[in-house]
Amino acid sequence: MFRVEIGKSVHRLRTYVFGTGLAALAILPVVVLATGDSGAGGPLFFDLIRRNGLFAALTVIALIQPFFLPLGTSILSGEAVAGESSAGTLRYLVVRPVGRVRLIVTKYLAVMAQVAAAIAWVMVIGLVAGAIAFGYGPLPTLSGTTLSIGQGLLRIVAASLYVLLGMSGLAAVGMFVSTLTSSGVGAAGATMALAIASQIVDSLPAVRSIHPYLISHGWFAFADLFRSPVEWGAMIQGLVLDGAYLALFLGAAIAVFSRKDVVS
Amino acid sequence: MLYGFLGPNGAGKTTTIRMVLGLIFPTGGDVELLGEPVFGGTLSQRASAVRRVGALVEEPAFWGYLSGRRNLEYFARAAGPVADRDGRLRKIDEVLRTVGLDQAANKKVKAYSQGMRQRLGIAMALLGAPELLVLDEPTNGLDPQGMREIRLLLRRLADDGTTIFVSSHLLAEVEAMCDRVGVLARGKLVAEGPPSKLRGSADVVRLEVDDPARARGILAGVEGVSLDGAETSPHTLRLRLAPPASAAGVNSALVSGGVAVSALVPEHESLEDVFVSLVEGADVPR
Repeated sequence: MFRVEIGKSVHRLRTYVFGTGLAALAILPVVVLATGDSGAGGPLFFDLIRRNGLFAALTVIALIQPFFLPLGTSILSGEAVAGESSAGTLRYLVVRPVGRVRLIVTKYLAVMAQVAAAIAWVMVIGLVAGAIAFGYGPLPTLSGTTLSIGQGLLRIVAASLYVLLGMSGLAAVGMFVSTLTSSGVGAAGATMALAIASQIVDSLPAVRSIHPYLISHGWFAFADLFRSPVEWGAMIQGLVLDGAYLALFLGAAIAVFSRKDVVS
Repeated sequence: MLYGFLGPNGAGKTTTIRMVLGLIFPTGGDVELLGEPVFGGTLSQRASAVRRVGALVEEPAFWGYLSGRRNLEYFARAAGPVADRDGRLRKIDEVLRTVGLDQAANKKVKAYSQGMRQRLGIAMALLGAPELLVLDEPTNGLDPQGMREIRLLLRRLADDGTTIFVSSHLLAEVEAMCDRVGVLARGKLVAEGPPSKLRGSADVVRLEVDDPARARGILAGVEGVSLDGAETSPHTLRLRLAPPASAAGVNSALVSGGVAVSALVPEHESLEDVFVSLVEGADVPR
């Protein structure tokens, strides 16, 4: 079933369109820096790329984190059940029979695998493009110390992993919404709307008391991996939050779907 | 064995099929399929019951961006014990041949005609080597040629030993192909048996009389006689006779009542008549 889910994406044109778009985005910071004139500012880690190509990967992550990554996650998870429902294939999976709990869990894992592939894809492209354009070397941290290339790469991989886990809660929300409707677009839109709304609310100081509970609150804490010593607090908090969203909404998705009449 | 599940639109055919397959949940009662509980037992009992069935519920549905063969491959992979997955995959070519799609197997389903999609749906239902095939209106939307192809295919499968449960609102179709028929109206099974037996369950006579109004008055007093209402001309009456009424008794009652009977013709009641009367009977409880 997992293989089937991945296979379906492999044979879909939209996968390649999205992949190409992400690739273009991944080389964008390098291209901009290589052709434009110098200047401070821009996204996280942006002005550091010139000194060390490895920072391109981190810039790319910071670039896709607020919008493109949640967008891809929302589309994949929102369509997971609702898309099959509107295509009519859901009933044929259920009567094969694919167990209902298994269907939700496998589809969730397939969504996460594809998000992981997307992150790995942009990371590798960012790293290669950055290294070609600006070379690579020991990684300076935000605290002023330096990391060996090996250590630096390890932290970059850790940051990717953290970003991936940051999507785990959102994907669970998407699966849940997906079980409520037979409109894949509607479910994906609702999930994306939550991701955006969460980031907006997270930026309003007036409601600071609810910030720690917002789904997007911990998404950018991966930057703490590049301090010396690493500040784990915000990241641990973020992971706990992701886990809570995951458990709550995947559980709800399973509960709803287990009792749902499959009529379309 | 081919079993026809007959009923007008909205009678509950699809709802029944969905419930039997575990797609929707009954508000009361249990469902048993091939001796195993679908509802009223455990989830694994439901899975093992449903696994023995191949189904087409409403129209077939596929991932249009995949080829027919790949669609089947995915359904074969998606469920069932891993141990016999290779067996299921090997069966793909066989079922494609069975439904006559081996030539078009590598075309995307998007490009399939209605009839091809219908046949691919049956191929998919056959993948798990089912003991029972449940097909919901398999000829829906097909032209006469396509209908005939499906009918012949089902007949062949049934003769090879698969039990097939096929729903339809088309009487002629069911009459032409089924060994046994169940009639559903307003969610209730109102009749069941071989088509010939259902057809023979009531005698119909056509009467020609000089005074239909008077004849109606007399016949209203004869036990077992009901007027069919499907008169073709002003002097014709169609009667449905149930015991103890007989054609001879009707004749003598009319003649002694002063009505001249110029013709009394026994008619072979078609399944359509039976169907209409059963369905109307369910609508207006008598």
